[in-house]
Amino acid sequence: MLPSPKLSPCQTQIETVFAGQLAVLDACGSLFLVEHELLVVSDLHLEKGSFFAARGNPIPCYDTRDTLIRLAEALECYRPRAVACLGDSFHDVRAGERINPQDSAFVQGLVASVDDWIWVRGNHDPDIATRFRGRVADRLRAGPLTLCHRPEDAAPPVIAGHYHPKHHVRLAGRHITARCFVLGVDRLLLPAFGAYAGGLSTSSEAIGALFAEGYRQHVLIYGNKLWALAPS
Amino acid sequence: MDRLLTRPSAKAAVPDYVEAWFAGNGWELRPYQRQMIDAFARRQSTLLVAPTGGGKTLSGFLPSLIDIHETRPAGLHTLYISPLKALANDIERNLTRPIAEMGIDVKVESRTGDTPPSKRKRQRERPPHILLTTPESIMLMLSFPDARKLFGNLRSVIVDEVHSFAPTKRGDFTALALARLAEFAPGHIRFGLSATAARPEKLAEWLSSGSRPATVLKAGLTVKPNVRIMRVKNRMPYGGFMSQYAVPDIYEAIKARQSCIVFVNTRAQAEMLMQMLWEVNEDSLPITVYHGSLDREQRRRTEAMMAAGKLRAVVATAALELGIDWGDVDLVIQVGAPKGVSRLLQRIGRSNHRMDVPSEALLVPSNRFESLECHAALAAIAKGALDGDEPIEGSQDVIIQFIVNCACGETVHPDEIYAEVKGALPYRNLPRDQFDRLFRFAADGGNVLSNYERYLRLRRDADGRYAVASNAVRRRHRMNIGVIVEAARLKVMRLNKTGKTGRILGEVEDSFAQGLTAGDTFIFAGELLAFVRIRDLTIEARPATGGQPKIPAYAGGQMPLSTFLADGVRHVLSTPSTWRRLPAETREWLRLQQAFSVIPPEDTLMIEHFPRRRLRYTVFYTFEGRRANQTLGLLVTRRMERRRLKPVSFTVTDYGLAIASLEEVGEDAAKALLSPDILGDDLEEWIMESAMLRRSFRHVATVAGIAEQQHVGARATMRQLTVNTNLIYDVLRRHEPDHVLLTVARRDAERELLDLKRLSDMLQRFASRLLYFALDRASPLSVPVLTEVRTEQVNGAGVEALLSQASMALEAEQMIEDVRAALA
Repeated sequence: MLPSPKLSPCQTQIETVFAGQLAVLDACGSLFLVEHELLVVSDLHLEKGSFFAARGNPIPCYDTRDTLIRLAEALECYRPRAVACLGDSFHDVRAGERINPQDSAFVQGLVASVDDWIWVRGNHDPDIATRFRGRVADRLRAGPLTLCHRPEDAAPPVIAGHYHPKHHVRLAGRHITARCFVLGVDRLLLPAFGAYAGGLSTSSEAIGALFAEGYRQHVLIYGNKLWALAPS
Repeated sequence: MDRLLTRPSAKAAVPDYVEAWFAGNGWELRPYQRQMIDAFARRQSTLLVAPTGGGKTLSGFLPSLIDIHETRPAGLHTLYISPLKALANDIERNLTRPIAEMGIDVKVESRTGDTPPSKRKRQRERPPHILLTTPESIMLMLSFPDARKLFGNLRSVIVDEVHSFAPTKRGDFTALALARLAEFAPGHIRFGLSATAARPEKLAEWLSSGSRPATVLKAGLTVKPNVRIMRVKNRMPYGGFMSQYAVPDIYEAIKARQSCIVFVNTRAQAEMLMQMLWEVNEDSLPITVYHGSLDREQRRRTEAMMAAGKLRAVVATAALELGIDWGDVDLVIQVGAPKGVSRLLQRIGRSNHRMDVPSEALLVPSNRFESLECHAALAAIAKGALDGDEPIEGSQDVIIQFIVNCACGETVHPDEIYAEVKGALPYRNLPRDQFDRLFRFAADGGNVLSNYERYLRLRRDADGRYAVASNAVRRRHRMNIGVIVEAARLKVMRLNKTGKTGRILGEVEDSFAQGLTAGDTFIFAGELLAFVRIRDLTIEARPATGGQPKIPAYAGGQMPLSTFLADGVRHVLSTPSTWRRLPAETREWLRLQQAFSVIPPEDTLMIEHFPRRRLRYTVFYTFEGRRANQTLGLLVTRRMERRRLKPVSFTVTDYGLAIASLEEVGEDAAKALLSPDILGDDLEEWIMESAMLRRSFRHVATVAGIAEQQHVGARATMRQLTVNTNLIYDVLRRHEPDHVLLTVARRDAERELLDLKRLSDMLQRFASRLLYFALDRASPLSVPVLTEVRTEQVNGAGVEALLSQASMALEAEQMIEDVRAALA
């Protein structure tokens, strides 16, 4: 299982076996399924910034660029055969109309750089513009695993996103809240990858219900490193 | 009226119905009340400095009452601006009586965020003669297209409690509103009212923002307050802030009077002291607690009971300093160091609202060092000296909000707005290029990557004038007017017997709530509660009977020691001839220091270095306040780290900084640690990583319109409508490190959070006057610093703090014994 007790020595990657599949968790927020050469990210929320900007909020719109740069770095690092974006890749169905030409080309370039790119549909992006290329699906299989947006939408073992989990810990009087992976026996939640994606506390009922059998482990992303907390 | 025809000494006639009303109540018109009527006639803006309770507020209104009665103006005649909503409501009640009794026809109404929309709409269509309101409400009214018409015939603007506005971000906001009013209503004059003012001329300048200069009118000498340090039976501790030793005496003082206000410096202290008083309250005296986090209803009940004379004491924070008449308070007790003379006087003024009888107050220092501060404050009061904040450059995020606000009502030109902004005192030095950057941000968000037409907030027309781009922008802006940005908070509900619902007691900060687990007990609103669960952004708790209670901590509760008072303390310390007026215990402690080490001379910065246990301690006696010392501690330990002096930890008080390290710090090394260039190299790196800058950015981003302000009742949904400002901060730092909001946040953080100015002034001032003493053990003077426990940051757990203080007290005694042994 995972290297743990308490805050383990930090690292940028952690290898684990989930439902018999070798997986690498990365501090950038991605997951790599080694046998399948498949890089998985979730909840990019591209054009979330411009969604607000279009409503009169003077928010700086660097989020799409930032998210894409980090995604490109992950691709560079893992050289995957395929990439799966597990839903809510775009903040809303009009994101494609707002995205600026450079960022649009950036997306197309990333999609073209791998053999297979899968946009899994999410609740924010039931429609994905065809000009971004790649294929659109509701879910996909990788060996025994199902990958989809909402973890409730497929029989376990399942890898999913949707909840943007974040975890809160207290250490020697300091409060730390950070995005995290949540690992259960047969469910694995990815953190949100998008620069402007918020988070839902792992202590919420919604996330708790997913791991009703009790066992779960949180792997925090803090200061560009991963911190595997003791399972609970 | 032509000013040349009016001799300065000429007294404006006071109408009979006014004289008669005063006489009918057994009063006489005070000279300064006549002078205000006269100033109104001469159209002379005036800052009135008069003690609380001297009929000050009425003197601001009298001229308007007379003028309205005689000229029967159509529309709004007088605008009254108060820092507190409650004060506006209170004044409405207080004006109703004289108006009715004088038999004059004057319509007065208040308007705040709580006023129902239908009434607000009516007020804009058919305004009263006198409108009582808050800065936020005025700014909102200024954003409407009819503002010019609404305010056009204004004759008088009264700003109450001026001193509470001036040095704050809210003051900057108010100054801009005043500057805009000057543009809309050129015919009005300003009356400022203030109880305490160290630099009345500066305050008058602030009041004049955008209009003609105001003169200062000081009400005649009043009786000096009767203030002394409380005599306490128990021994005064060497360090700590809890004042537990004095609780029995505080209780006796309350018992001996009819009605007391017990002031403390933080909300957490209020809850703790309340609890300690409750434990000794054998006579079950009605005592309660009052601070800004308590529910409004709860506070209103307390206010009403106090006014009705039903309470013997209220333990209160700064929330009670302003306004509202508190009935017959016959004693004010200040527990803990006063931190500033003006603040202390403001607090003392809450007792005895009659000018000819002195206010009564007792000071209760928490430790021997604080007794020096109390003494310095007494000396200043005796001399009539006041401290006061240096006027500072205003916060620039407020300008962004102001620009959008102006453009909501009518088209604006940057040149005009720039002129208005420069007219406000806090912005008189604002360079044009910086204003243009702020304007650009207000207009298009400064977005470099996506300069799309549809993201504009302000649209430029062919004449180069700007208007708000859409009604959506206008609506959103109006929802978010103001500069008060609060930490995320949760309501506290005390469940009733059914366990399903209950009464809301007030609010605590999110971070405290996160630390609670089921069964934990905590003290809030003076009650012991056991945490049950969090539901719908509400902490549900039931009454508890025992356990180790936690006490909620609140961000930003610490008040810094004023520079003026710090100098006072330095002076007392270095002038042994004044010591005879200090408590005997303090005197004894200072004598011990004199014999063992040295009393810091007034014009030097003293450093002591000594071993203790297995560590080495370096103590810097800066007297520059907790915040500045905190920053200095962070910087110096960084530098020590690099020089391999192996710093372990540090503690700060308002007076000094003590750093523990594994290595010895020699004279040269110690002095080098304080070289002024520390503000250059280490600061940059540290600031950018600090949580302070993030906090400051959150505030700036909210005021500038990026994040929504937290609205009561709408919070759950609001959260989803806002991008977390931490995420924006990280992205901005990576992609546009010199973004205008980052620079604005940086300025605010430096000024408000770090006290950098104060720190750099100090380092420059003492650069060549550092005194270093190597000792073989802790000196008496160092004990309060070494034994300081910064409870506000110790997990919000009051009892943990109490426990650690209890053990520290023993340690403090032991250290002093060590010194005695060495001297013997």
